[in-house]
Amino acid sequence: MKKKQLAGGLALLLGLGLAGTPALAVDGLEGDPQRGEGLTQTCVSCHQADGSGQNVPGGESWPRLAGLSAGYIARQLKDYQEGRRQNSTMAAFANMLDDQAVADVAAYYAQLPVTQAEGGDDVDDATLARGEELARRGDWNQYIVSCQSCHGPGNAGAGDVFPGIASQHAGYIAGQLRQWQEGERDNDPQGLMAAIAKRMSDEDIRAVSAWLARQRVTSAQGDTE
Amino acid sequence: MKIRKLTLTTGAAVLLAGAASAAWDEYKPLFALGYAEPEEGQLVHIPPTLQDLEDAAMSPELKDVVRRGHDLFVDTQQLRGQHVFNDMNCASCHMDAGRQPFSAALWPAAITLPDYRGKNWQVNSLEERVVGCFTYSMNGNPPEYGSDTMLAITTYMQWLAKGAPVYPDQEIYGRGYGSVAEPEQEPNYERGKEVYAQSCAICHAEDGQGLKQDGQVVFPPLWGDGSYNWGAGMSRINTSAAFIKHNMPLGQPNSLSDQEAWDVAFYMNSHERPQDPRYTGDVHETREKHANFHGRTLYGTVREVDGHLLGDHDNTGEKDFLRPEILRSRTFD
Ligand code: HEC
Ligand code: HEC
Ligand code: HEC
Ligand code: HEC
Repeated sequence: MKKKQLAGGLALLLGLGLAGTPALAVDGLEGDPQRGEGLTQTCVSCHQADGSGQNVPGGESWPRLAGLSAGYIARQLKDYQEGRRQNSTMAAFANMLDDQAVADVAAYYAQLPVTQAEGGDDVDDATLARGEELARRGDWNQYIVSCQSCHGPGNAGAGDVFPGIASQHAGYIAGQLRQWQEGERDNDPQGLMAAIAKRMSDEDIRAVSAWLARQRVTSAQGDTE
Repeated sequence: MKIRKLTLTTGAAVLLAGAASAAWDEYKPLFALGYAEPEEGQLVHIPPTLQDLEDAAMSPELKDVVRRGHDLFVDTQQLRGQHVFNDMNCASCHMDAGRQPFSAALWPAAITLPDYRGKNWQVNSLEERVVGCFTYSMNGNPPEYGSDTMLAITTYMQWLAKGAPVYPDQEIYGRGYGSVAEPEQEPNYERGKEVYAQSCAICHAEDGQGLKQDGQVVFPPLWGDGSYNWGAGMSRINTSAAFIKHNMPLGQPNSLSDQEAWDVAFYMNSHERPQDPRYTGDVHETREKHANFHGRTLYGTVREVDGHLLGDHDNTGEKDFLRPEILRSRTFD
């Protein structure tokens, strides 16, 4: 119920508020996880059969998709298709999907259990403590609001707007934060994520990525109401 | 830099503005985000952090109580059904667990109370201030004076004030939510609704009910039974405009214009919420009796869009009483 309302609010908002951002094209299309599974043969080489993705140190990491909310996945795919999120690797694969296929693969990945992440094991305790501080309490002198106040309890995601980031690969988290800092990723609604990312130091990024990657998420936590 | 070091080890810095400005170096990023800088003669205090608590030379027992107070403050829902009857945590309206300037930081209360409060026309202790928050903001039944819960919360506040002078003569920097200049145009429902849809609904939901996940509140409700009641300070338009301007949208303080802050505060507080515990049975009489408070709320006024008389109901929300028995008056006669 809540989830529906939030999605509706987002659609309204995207239509109303953010000029140039059309309403969710896949909104209203029912995704079928089984059909979705059949469409992922091209995806598994990077995102893996269990949706776990892969941490690629020093390169472009492939994000975990397992357990992300369907609404979030679908919107990212639409954003790749329509150029609001730019990535040469992903654009081609996103473009292979029509709206129904987007809804289907989103539904498929959303119901997979959250997998364990990699990366972040090369940091010391002080760095991890800093990471935990940012994730759970924030650093308000820098106005870095705690990640969990948006990304939900345990940073496991909140509704369709705020993706789960706990148990996401360290390399991917750090890469995305840097993209926001440099303005290369700017498809976040209302610039909510950019505002936070731009206040972070390199050390903050390293710390929070490592800490988040080391968290375990039980599937129940990722479920939306 | 030296002074900064000192700050960290003592866990608190109190300097008068105009003296060595290094004391609020830590707040410099806030000024860049549009917060006012301290003025000459203002009292600036940077409250200690939980890390300072670990490092402090205090008894382990006392540290435990401070930690307990912090825990209750950020997760007040653990008192749901006992002392709390809505979806709020204290920290829902007091950012960074009550440390943040322009977010009603807690330490000023600890160094200025007991003090006279116009809200109930008498001198209030720190415990009575907390009772007020539970009664109105949490639509609750406050913990007993002197109880473990009360002690933990007040100890946490007093610790946040560590090193700050008691009953200071100076004005306090960043106290309360600050203020927002009176708007050029009268606050307006329709304009406020637009601001709400663009800047707030993504988190607090179109219907103002926020977002709960696995039973935990992620984004708190802004009106309705899960929110603060008609006696809460946040229902005052000036107070909520200042809160919103300086704290919302989350992570983007000072991003709304003054006019937008007033408009959206007006819109938010044009919705129903649980009855004011000071209700006499008549909304007009209650408004009149507490005119110094309700002069800034929409309680007992007619909502223009649909002619609804706000606050004209017996709904106390989730609790089954109107007024907690613990509220008391004193005269010293
Ligand atoms: C060649 C490797 C590769 C293949 C194949 C691939 N992806 Fe991706 N995918 C990536 C990379 C790399 C990213 C992160 C790109 C970025 O930085 O924006 C990504 C990101 C995504 C995202 C955004 C995730 C998030 O957390 O924001 C989604 C959704 C996604 N891919 C779905 C798919 C689907 C569905 C397929 C198959 C149709 C697919 N991908 C095929 C490499 C791949
Ligand atoms: C004010 C709200 C807010 C806060 C606080 C916040 N985020 Fe985000 N974050 C978002 C939103 C919204 C998105 C989704 C962006 C989109 O839809 O494109 C996001 C997305 C992300 C992503 C991309 C996830 C993916 O799968 O591609 C990462 C990584 C991330 N945030 C990390 C963080 C970290 C680390 C913190 C704390 C330091 C944090 N966020 C705090 C709002 C927030
Ligand atoms: C709905 C929002 C809200 C919630 C929830 C809330 N407060 Fe407050 N609090 C306020 C407002 C509004 C003020 C007055 C700010 C001003 O002076 O403008 C305030 C002021 C205070 C002050 C006095 C600060 C000063 O400068 O003297 C204390 C102490 C306090 N609150 C404690 C608490 C405690 C403890 C809780 C939880 C039991 C709590 N608050 C929950 C809104 C809230
Ligand atoms: C990115 C999400 C987000 C956005 C956008 C946002 N808020 Fe909030 N808001 C929060 C969170 C989270 C809290 C509670 C603070 C905490 O727990 O750290 C909160 C607290 C509040 C509160 C005090 C608690 C309550 O429920 O009464 C008010 C009032 C409020 N917000 C109003 C607004 C208004 C008005 C806007 C739009 C101008 C807005 N918020 C935009 C996330 C958001």
